[in-house]
Amino acid sequence: MIDALGSVGSLLLVGGTSDIAVATARRYLQERPLRVVLAARDTERRSAVAGQLRAAGATVEVVDFDAEDRESPERMVAEATAGGDVDVALVAFGLLGEQEQLAHDPDAVAALAQVNYVAAVVVGTVLAERMRAQGHGTIVALSSVAGERARASNYVYGSTKAGMDAFYTGLADSVAGSGVSVLVVRPGFVRSKMTEGLPAAPLATTPEAVAEAVVAGVRKGRHTVWVPGAMRWVMSGLRHTPRALFRRLPL
Amino acid sequence: MPDRTPAVPLDAAGRSPEPLSGWGRTAPTPALVDRVHDEADVRKVLAEARGRGLVARGLARSYGDAAQNAGGHVLDMTGADRVLDVDLAAAEVEVEAGISLDRLMNLFVPLGMFVPVTPGTRYVTVGGAIAADIHGKNHHVAGSFSQHVQWLDLLTADGQVHRVGPDQDPDLFWATAGGMGLTGVILRARVRMKPIESAQTLVDTDRTPDLDSLMTLLTETDHLYDYSVAWIDCVAKGARMGRSVLTRGRFARRDELPARKQADPLRYSQSVKVSVPDVFPPGLLNVVTVSAFNELWYRKSPKRKRDQLQSIPTFFHPLDGVGAWNRIYGPRGFVQYQVTVPFGHEETMRRVLERISSSGHASFLAVLKRFGEGNPGMLSYPSPGWTLALDIPVVSGLARLLDELDEQVVEVGGRTYLAKDSRVRPELFARMYPRLEEFRAVRARVDPDGVFTSDLARRLEL
Ligand SMILES: Cc1cc2nc3c(=O)[nH]c(=O)nc-3n(C[C@H](O)[C@H](O)[C@H](O)COP(=O)(O)OP(=O)(O)OC[C@H]3O[C@@H](n4cnc5c(N)ncnc54)[C@H](O)[C@@H]3O)c2cc1C
Ligand SMILES: NC(=O)c1ccc[n+]([C@@H]2O[C@H](COP(=O)([O-])OP(=O)(O)OC[C@H]3O[C@@H](n4cnc5c(N)ncnc54)[C@H](OP(=O)(O)O)[C@@H]3O)[C@@H](O)[C@H]2O)c1
Repeated sequence: MIDALGSVGSLLLVGGTSDIAVATARRYLQERPLRVVLAARDTERRSAVAGQLRAAGATVEVVDFDAEDRESPERMVAEATAGGDVDVALVAFGLLGEQEQLAHDPDAVAALAQVNYVAAVVVGTVLAERMRAQGHGTIVALSSVAGERARASNYVYGSTKAGMDAFYTGLADSVAGSGVSVLVVRPGFVRSKMTEGLPAAPLATTPEAVAEAVVAGVRKGRHTVWVPGAMRWVMSGLRHTPRALFRRLPL
Repeated sequence: MPDRTPAVPLDAAGRSPEPLSGWGRTAPTPALVDRVHDEADVRKVLAEARGRGLVARGLARSYGDAAQNAGGHVLDMTGADRVLDVDLAAAEVEVEAGISLDRLMNLFVPLGMFVPVTPGTRYVTVGGAIAADIHGKNHHVAGSFSQHVQWLDLLTADGQVHRVGPDQDPDLFWATAGGMGLTGVILRARVRMKPIESAQTLVDTDRTPDLDSLMTLLTETDHLYDYSVAWIDCVAKGARMGRSVLTRGRFARRDELPARKQADPLRYSQSVKVSVPDVFPPGLLNVVTVSAFNELWYRKSPKRKRDQLQSIPTFFHPLDGVGAWNRIYGPRGFVQYQVTVPFGHEETMRRVLERISSSGHASFLAVLKRFGEGNPGMLSYPSPGWTLALDIPVVSGLARLLDELDEQVVEVGGRTYLAKDSRVRPELFARMYPRLEEFRAVRARVDPDGVFTSDLARRLEL
């Protein structure tokens, strides 16, 4: 249960090896020991992350999750909640994709849409159902500023984020009164393994900063946060930029 | 498949869950509330409650989430409030668990019986009083509420009613006393009341300038009084830290009353209630307003006064004069931090008080009391030592501060009180209550599937 002062007892990381997810767990662990469920593919990185979080004071459980497997979300949520309620679930899996390739490869587009959109909304549906039944909990969805206005440089990724963002924003309204809440997080460019090797965009931030915003947003019961906060105004400006100009911006 | 799922699942009768919280108004969660009037009603809910289980709720005067059960059932016991038997000679009453101490006083003070233990409010049920094993200003001489219970009837998960007491299945009795509703539903209890000759108390008041002099005075003279409690000004700093007003007393004998009161010595009436409107903005209760109030209150109290006649409400339940005063803390709510530390660790108590005073997290109320012996209750709170209770509005940074204080308290063998708790760390709680495993064993015996559960039970992994 999230307690009277907003402290969290159990955290589910869907996409448990994501840099942002790990930073979020670490940030929570600075406050208190807690139960962390890592839902991820069975990889060496997953074992390494489990070890690191244990060392940082967490009670870690590991469950399998593969976003390309239609059956996986139900199984994952059932296993993740078998040992007790989940207070906060962070939906953190995702792929950036290579825009060059995506422009010409329908299979790659379908695969990206499956992971970033289809799996994200299936997971959201299953999580929400479970949390409604338990009568409490917060779902945190990692969306992206890229979904605000898709750009030539990553419109496939942007479109998947726009879709999942719309889903979770609507989900937030649909669970009102059930004890459950949904927080949509829209980071800008984050220096994580997803963006490794890419030139940093303006207002680039870190997984730790996103983690800080997640923890604060959950504690305050917010529905949307931008990271960094200024992104909100930048994107609001960009959204209204005339198309001819927007197309020529180096984004 | 229906094309639209309602956000909130409805039960078979079409009822929807209601958001519930405790006195501190923090962390509300929805549950199906069943208003029960007798054993048959309780049984019906027990048969229905699958999955998320159920828990009893009295008058919801516990501060945190003890009487909440997210996504499950909550039994509102206040409709089961009949008096079943009275033995005037033995001063015993047999009642249904939903009856309030307020009602017991209205009925029995005029007959010369007072409740054996009363908390700072009379709006608690007998079920809640047993489940939290509550203590009052007389703990140092009378122990806690459950020590005045001859037996109780407990409906457990298997649908059986067990009559338990200190000498009938004592394990189940002492798991239920202080067990926060997690062993089953207390249906009825037989309670030994306190015979009184009058409805008036004789009260001595002492003002002490600091914590040391307060503790010394309490140690030396508490045994002379049936009832004792000190109110501390938490905002005063430095040399004045811990300045307090100590009030101690006992019930007056009839011949000690002024002549005009002797004709009707047991006359009992409560003062009129004024309610606090639900409009207080957060942050109203800041250090400035609180310190001004505290200064006034300390100056207004007599430095030393003896044998002052006070009514029951004035002496025992001053806060009940203001209805719903918990709203004064605004929509974010508040927590009550109540801890006890064993005798010999006064330094820890001082540090707790100092840290809270210097944090600027204003506390409206701070109460210090000396506990007497504990009892066999497995999760029962009182144990020999000092107990301090303070209300603190929810502000950022509070979680960390209280976690740190808990560490210091647990280090010296102290503990926090479940009836007040809404935020203690589960693993620290387990260290505070070394008999938790025994409690779990009893619960596993009578409720192996954990049908009785609550937000508190889930939060603390009880
Ligand atoms: C202003 C104020 C002053 C207080 N002062 C004191 C004090 O001086 N000393 C002290 O000890 N406490 C004090 N308290 C706390 C209070 O006495 C306890 O929280 C008490 O348990 C409240 O009783 P309730 O009927 O409101 O129970 P609730 O708050 O509704 O429930 C408390 C617990 O009892 C369980 N319960 C209730 N009824 C039953 C039943 N029939 N069967 C099984 N379980 C049941 C619930 O499941 C829950 O776990 C104070 C509270 C307030 C608001
Ligand atoms: N980095 C940014 O600039 C940025 C900006 C805005 C939003 N976001 C979003 O934030 C979230 C977290 O990103 P991050 O920065 O932390 O990147 P990251 O470290 O690369 O994390 C993404 C995770 O997704 C997992 N994943 C990929 N495909 C999967 C599949 N089929 N099944 C299960 N898991 C799969 C990966 O797990 P494996 O270990 O199994 O590969 C990986 O750990 C993502 O949704 C991302 O879109 C990132």
